[in-house]
Amino acid sequence: MDRFAKRALVDLVMRSACTLATALALAPLVSVLAYVGAQGLGGLSWGFFTELPAPVGESGGGVGNALLGSLVLLGLAGCFAIPIGVLAGVYLAEFGIGPFGRLARFCADVATGVPSIIVGVFVYSLVVLSMRRFSALAGGLALGILMLPTITRTTEEILRLVPDSLREAGLALGVPERRVILRIVVPTAAPGVATAVTLALARAAGETAPLLFTALNSRFWSTRLDQPIGSLPVQLYSYALSPYEPWHRQAWATALVLVALVLTLNLGVRALTASRKELR
Amino acid sequence: MQPLEPSKPMTRLVTRRRPGRDRPRREGDVADRRFRLLTAAFASTSVVLLGAMALQLARASKPAWRRFGLGFIGGQHWDPSRELYGALPFIVGTVASSLLALLLAIPVALGVAILLAELAPGRLARPLGQLVELLAAIPSVVYGLWGLFVLVPWLRVTVQPALVETLGALPLFRGTPRGFGVLAAGLVLAIMSLPSVAVVGRDVLRAVPASHREGALALGATRWEAVRLAVLPQARAGLVGAALLGLGRALGETMAVAMVIGNRPELSGSLLSPASTLASVVANEFAEATDSLHLAALSALGLVLFGVTLLLNLAARLLVWQVGRLPDGARRA
Repeated sequence: MDRFAKRALVDLVMRSACTLATALALAPLVSVLAYVGAQGLGGLSWGFFTELPAPVGESGGGVGNALLGSLVLLGLAGCFAIPIGVLAGVYLAEFGIGPFGRLARFCADVATGVPSIIVGVFVYSLVVLSMRRFSALAGGLALGILMLPTITRTTEEILRLVPDSLREAGLALGVPERRVILRIVVPTAAPGVATAVTLALARAAGETAPLLFTALNSRFWSTRLDQPIGSLPVQLYSYALSPYEPWHRQAWATALVLVALVLTLNLGVRALTASRKELR
Repeated sequence: MQPLEPSKPMTRLVTRRRPGRDRPRREGDVADRRFRLLTAAFASTSVVLLGAMALQLARASKPAWRRFGLGFIGGQHWDPSRELYGALPFIVGTVASSLLALLLAIPVALGVAILLAELAPGRLARPLGQLVELLAAIPSVVYGLWGLFVLVPWLRVTVQPALVETLGALPLFRGTPRGFGVLAAGLVLAIMSLPSVAVVGRDVLRAVPASHREGALALGATRWEAVRLAVLPQARAGLVGAALLGLGRALGETMAVAMVIGNRPELSGSLLSPASTLASVVANEFAEATDSLHLAALSALGLVLFGVTLLLNLAARLLVWQVGRLPDGARRA
């Protein structure tokens, strides 16, 4: 075999290897989705979304309270993380070229890598110990802390995409800087920021570890912020580890709801932003 | 996925003014300065949170350090009923499962990154990249459920008996096939850390200036040769960074591991035996721990995990940023 043929062969082999690697990487995705779909679909019914978990031995039951709990927790997390994160992103994008900006940006990057269970331990020692009880408030705070660095950094990236000519036009008309930012830059970037926030919420919706000892779990309807509260991921976890076969089916159905929620948010937001880009 | 490095300061009238130096003297500037300070205060939350976590964990774990000293880290036994706490089984379990995961994930992730950044046409690279990102969006507890009811039985019935039969002579593959254990945890972690390594790796490869690639191709290199000779050497630091980010993720991953590793604080040299990791033992025991020493010991495990992931992330970010700072501004879009 001459040298050119050999080089072409190596090229072909390596390129196929890369393709094969991608197929291999996507195989678990297919398997997970297939199992969740196949095993979970049977457990779904209207009651599954509206009823309380059934005690052992009784059939039926649902995750209505966990669904509500997840919404409460995400709402709390959003109230905490969205304003702080977006304004922090504004600082990094508009003023963050000094040493403090670099430090804050670096810390936000590093904070995205902190294990979620550590955030749980942190919030436990900060909130749960001082309130002397597990609470929805603590759970929401933990999820908020997890979302904060992501929202900060993505907001920054999106604000940077706003053309400088808009800022300069505003300033040239004599508009004060803060108004230029709040009335021109942020509204222009708002759809992108909304996307970033939605993705962060989707991610937080699936977090289990930080809720285990902050929000704990609850088998009853509850919206009180100073009481333990159920959530889809924690409910799924406790169903999965239970020794009862019917509960395993509930776990798969819960997983289906959770995956559908997360993927819908992800895909929906991506589809929306993609179509908007095409319009321009 | 966010871009990996802060954009260069743009030539922008507003931000060029350095805070505090060329102080503006227009009407309404006081309000502008207040606004800037306000946003700065919000921006400092990440800094404050990191510091507060370190402090709080250190404070909560103090009783454990006082009782056991640094011997806590090397302590081989963990038995809450006898008030005996040592971190070594968990450190070994964490390191073993994460290293196994990276060993399995890195070659595959590298292949995916090269395909997405260099080989696939843009039409294909975008949707494929989004699929890989979707992998990262699936909640960890769902991977755990899948691991518990699909992966573990498969390992127990099919894979592990075969491993024992063929490689059973090695201490690494000794023991009864239980399914639960380091091998299952490593596999789940590999699946979970793969997407983030692949996506960061793709962005690192894309940050290598296009001129290098084009130069190689113009000299007659095949696509693969261009990748191997012109792109990979430049991107090496960044790729190591991507792997470290994946490692950080694997070390701290909790739910999926807790569901498949078997949760036994034992030291054993086999991949088939159940073990426990820093994160999984905290998840399992924290809510039930009643006496203060047990809580302190768990917090101490948390502090160790926090410290290790923090250092890893620091190193990884620095490495990844470095590639973004390569000379020659021409980047591939």
